[in-house]
Amino acid sequence: MSHHIVELKDLHYTYPDGNAALHGVSFRITHGETVAIVGANGAGKSTILLHLNGCLIPETGTVRIGDFPLTRKTLDHVRRTVGMVFQDPDDQLFMPSVYEDVAFGPLNLGLPPEDVAERVTQALTTVGALHLKDRPPYRLSGGEKRSVAIASVLSMSPSILVMDEPTSNLDPKSRRQLIQLLKTFAHTIILATHDLDMVLDLCARTIVLKKGRVEADGSTSDILQNAVLLESCRLEKPFALQACPICSPVPSGNNSILQSKQHAKHNHL
Amino acid sequence: MAKIASSFLDISYLDSLSRLQSPIHRLDPRVKVIATALYLISVVSFGKYEITGLIPFFVYPIVLIALGDLPLVYLLKKILIAAPFAFFIGMFNPLIDRAVVMHLGPIGISGGWISFVSIMLRFVLTVGAVLALIASTGFASICMSLEKMGVPNVFAVQLLFLYRYIFVLIDEASRMVRARSLRVFEKRGMGFSVFISMIGQLLLRALDRAQRIHRAMRCRGFDGEIRMTRPLAFCRRDGVFVLGWSALFVLMRLYDIPQWMGERITGLIG
Repeated sequence: MSHHIVELKDLHYTYPDGNAALHGVSFRITHGETVAIVGANGAGKSTILLHLNGCLIPETGTVRIGDFPLTRKTLDHVRRTVGMVFQDPDDQLFMPSVYEDVAFGPLNLGLPPEDVAERVTQALTTVGALHLKDRPPYRLSGGEKRSVAIASVLSMSPSILVMDEPTSNLDPKSRRQLIQLLKTFAHTIILATHDLDMVLDLCARTIVLKKGRVEADGSTSDILQNAVLLESCRLEKPFALQACPICSPVPSGNNSILQSKQHAKHNHL
Repeated sequence: MAKIASSFLDISYLDSLSRLQSPIHRLDPRVKVIATALYLISVVSFGKYEITGLIPFFVYPIVLIALGDLPLVYLLKKILIAAPFAFFIGMFNPLIDRAVVMHLGPIGISGGWISFVSIMLRFVLTVGAVLALIASTGFASICMSLEKMGVPNVFAVQLLFLYRYIFVLIDEASRMVRARSLRVFEKRGMGFSVFISMIGQLLLRALDRAQRIHRAMRCRGFDGEIRMTRPLAFCRRDGVFVLGWSALFVLMRLYDIPQWMGERITGLIG
């Protein structure tokens, strides 16, 4: 199944303003994997994502999507293969109604109207947003917008899904629903995120970036338990892996506020 | 801030009107656009001292509003907001054009006053008709029908995006204004220089967003053309609408109906 492979080899990128974002990133993601790309702000996550479907074309190094290296000539093919969900759904939902927005991609692929209608219904049903189809996107809630943004990409039936901060600005329930939804997908999924608890739930593999380089690449459970590595990359253990602040308080880190409160209470008594 | 936010709510209210169900709403948007365009041309093409000839033209917006179940008071308020523009265009006419052209009893009325009234009348008619069109059709459908009728795609898409992102822009601006007002004390920081840098900031943010939107569009295969799926079906009802109104507009433009009626009535009495 070579057409679902994403491979980066020694990728460098410097923004026009001179800001060097990537210094030789290499990794290979195979069919059906769910991979998280994590790292501090400015570590290069977004720059990598922009390379995955050709918003940026590699300067040095190569990006391969399936059988094709990413060049200007293969852009169409790559964009058909890779579906990108942006961080701000307002950037992605630009058509007057939800239905038209989800139909935008398939129509551009030149599909006949019946097929477009079927794909739109299918995609909206998958994300549970079929009832929103006639609403204008700007009047939806944050969670609804996110679902529709995902549907607008699913309707193009990509084999690889790339998402930038999919859980940002979602309430806990919507976040949970999104995670459950992503678990049902058979696509290759690449997520850039700070939500390490979601990574723990969803992704078998994690790639840690630090200052434009791959600092670690391996199984999520190993990486997210490696406190030294996380600390050096400005990350923290996900809450699920931290000790419960009430059962077993630790004298440092996140729990200090709770501790000092209890302490204060103790002193007063 | 309150003002920006409330005008924002107002636009979305206008937008929600377009989702009502009525005989007017069900018409093909193209016939409404054509009829309204003809209407505008007829109204605007009258001579500058025309008043009586304009009166029958009230029938079009009134019918749209009545059959379309549109809220009259709301639309009147919207017209009033734009009224100062027309007022300032016409206000010098009475001062410049002082020649008396008609007598109402002992009072001589100058040409300037008549043309001023004519301007205000035309303003109410045209703005009223266009508002009724938007409220009964929806901005997106209007853009789409323009495109279907051969208006270059670029213009239709520009209009569409303008409308789509007005909401986002207003949101962004009102957040900015709120952020400033929270840190302004005793009017310090309300100055013009701050305002200018805020406008600049807003422009930069808009450019940034435009780039992100363009990227999102390219990712989904955008090639310069927006394809829409809304089926437009032209049926007999639409034909009747557009032909009926066009005929009436031409008639009302060519013949001064109130004058004709007046003459008939005085003829009968005499």
